[in-house]
Amino acid sequence: MTGRIKDCFSTAKTASRKVLVPFVTAGDPDPEWTVSIMHALVAAGADLIELGIPFSDPMADGPVIQLASERAIERHVDLGNVLKMVEEFRRADTTTPVVLMGYMNPIVRFGSERFPSAATRAGVDGLLLVDCPLEDRGGLGVAMEDAGLDGICMVAPTTSRSRVETITSNASGFIYYVSFKGITGAGQLDSQGLSDPVNQIREFSTLPVAVGFGIKNAEMAVAVAEHADAVVIGSALVQVLAAAATEKAACAMAASLVAPVRESLDNMKSGVCPGQTEKT
Amino acid sequence: MIDDLPTDRAEHQPDDTGYFGDFGGRFVSETLIHALDELSEAYGRWRRDEEFVQRMDEDLANYVGRPSPIYFAQRLSEVAGGAKIYLKREDLNHTGAHKINNTMGQGLLAHYMGKKRVIAETGAGQHGVAAATVAARLNQSCMVYMGDVDIQRQAMNVFRMRLLGAEVTGVSSGSATLKDALNEAMRDWVTNVDDTFYVIGTVAGPHPYPEMVRDFNAVVGREARRQMLQIGDSLPDALVACVGGGSNAMGLFYPFIADQDVRMIGVEAAGQGLETGKHAASLCAGRAGVLHGCRTYLLDDDAGQIQHTHSVSAGLDYPGVGPEHAWLKETGRASYVSVTDDEALQAFHQLTRLEGIMPALESSHALAYGFKLAADMRPDQSVLVNLSGRGDKDIQTVANLAGLEL
Repeated sequence: MTGRIKDCFSTAKTASRKVLVPFVTAGDPDPEWTVSIMHALVAAGADLIELGIPFSDPMADGPVIQLASERAIERHVDLGNVLKMVEEFRRADTTTPVVLMGYMNPIVRFGSERFPSAATRAGVDGLLLVDCPLEDRGGLGVAMEDAGLDGICMVAPTTSRSRVETITSNASGFIYYVSFKGITGAGQLDSQGLSDPVNQIREFSTLPVAVGFGIKNAEMAVAVAEHADAVVIGSALVQVLAAAATEKAACAMAASLVAPVRESLDNMKSGVCPGQTEKT
Repeated sequence: MIDDLPTDRAEHQPDDTGYFGDFGGRFVSETLIHALDELSEAYGRWRRDEEFVQRMDEDLANYVGRPSPIYFAQRLSEVAGGAKIYLKREDLNHTGAHKINNTMGQGLLAHYMGKKRVIAETGAGQHGVAAATVAARLNQSCMVYMGDVDIQRQAMNVFRMRLLGAEVTGVSSGSATLKDALNEAMRDWVTNVDDTFYVIGTVAGPHPYPEMVRDFNAVVGREARRQMLQIGDSLPDALVACVGGGSNAMGLFYPFIADQDVRMIGVEAAGQGLETGKHAASLCAGRAGVLHGCRTYLLDDDAGQIQHTHSVSAGLDYPGVGPEHAWLKETGRASYVSVTDDEALQAFHQLTRLEGIMPALESSHALAYGFKLAADMRPDQSVLVNLSGRGDKDIQTVANLAGLEL
């Protein structure tokens, strides 16, 4: 686990704080705004930022994130640009972890073997590949390990118990639990149903568990945080940003979506610490 | 029979993790891994089940109309002035193309797995029609995803699918063509994975699809091998088939892989010419990458974004290709060439006028190359061209290109 992700979760654990993870697509709605939006998210209470790598064929994403990808691609945002954004972000923020999330082909084209070291040099902490399970990482997996880039793994409601064990034993950083069968931004999240699968992950791993897909507001975030160490908000945020007319407006909108979630998470009275969730 | 290949061909199976050499794999989101495991297991079991195989054979004979004949195209051969040109008549199958071999197999597998809902992606509509046909017969509900652009240019097939009881959903994202329909079908599958069977239309996608779709289409090559031996007492010197995703080509090639003297040539769509960038020739002009669940050859830009493709034939208009073709290219066992829109159209007219057979524009690509190849060969040699589908569906396109309103 790289320093920043580890520190982020251990600091949060000590403070009984839930880790808030906003997702934005790099370069959307304007490549010039992304770094400011990232800073605005941190100022509003984000602990870790997931930055989406634009891809033309995002088969695991819903229309909101797909359109964000299309907008970014229209502005010619490629993986090199994404790394530059992180580099720029790092000039002012050396502590907030950044995880890149995306699909395999842009990485293949960049060079699977040279990407991880380029990413860590730019200040990236982790990589979550939506369409690349552990078994298919090949040379990329080795290069990630060499570079110290955390490979964030997903676990889904359909993942078998034995596979959860395999995944968790190979994962680093944190585990990303996909809250329902479906695509990003869709579905009705059943926070009650999170208890068993999250506990199953914890049986095999001490890594923190983040839950994402379909979390749209503070209320849902709190319900999810009853079980998880971290909560991911993606499509709801991307949707809001799409409507922004200026950089200033985009930052304000991002902050106004994230700040109340932060507040609600901090007001949780359950007293459940990360890693010690009780079965409800 | 699904599984009657000699054991020396075992090396041509994907390995346990679904790779043909460096190509293939399961590049999908975690949610689908379980469904793919389930499918691999079910396919592994039912393909060896006597009842399943018997039912499959009966359906192929009595419903699809197999075996499809091999036809010696005498006048075409005479004009070429070289090798004898034979046609494998997949155009005579029920629904007019090889596509039904695969949908019959997958539909039946869905039935045996107890899945009541099937989904499919389609480009030209041929696979959609073939999937809807089988779904109607097996009483499955069927949802077909089709790009808005394709819905426009293939209105008749859309209506055919609806007549068959399928729901056709337009896809407006991306280039609104086949690749986007595939994305959308994947999204449906990931959402409804418990009760839904995804009938993929070509030898692409995550393992076990490339293997399974090949196996269901391999009936083409098995028949052809037998038929050619009966007709001329020897195997053909060359096999020629068009390649979009590559299912008809893989079906024809596979049973001949160990016959080292038989050349295998896949023909891609060069569209307006490889140099114009407006084509769909992923093997001839692309490079290795990851698309739609597998590592394979594809057409992308320097940022790794998948390119829009062009071909006069909607069925070849796809930026990727089955991973086994990528592997056959790398090992040199098969070679891949390309044919332009114009050459394919010329072949369409040529076969229609010389033999009274109207080929699909997809198959016209194979015919165009087969003709050129035969011209350079000796009269005692033979070329077998897979006539993968009939051209009725393309009449509108052909008329439009000639500036005619029907």
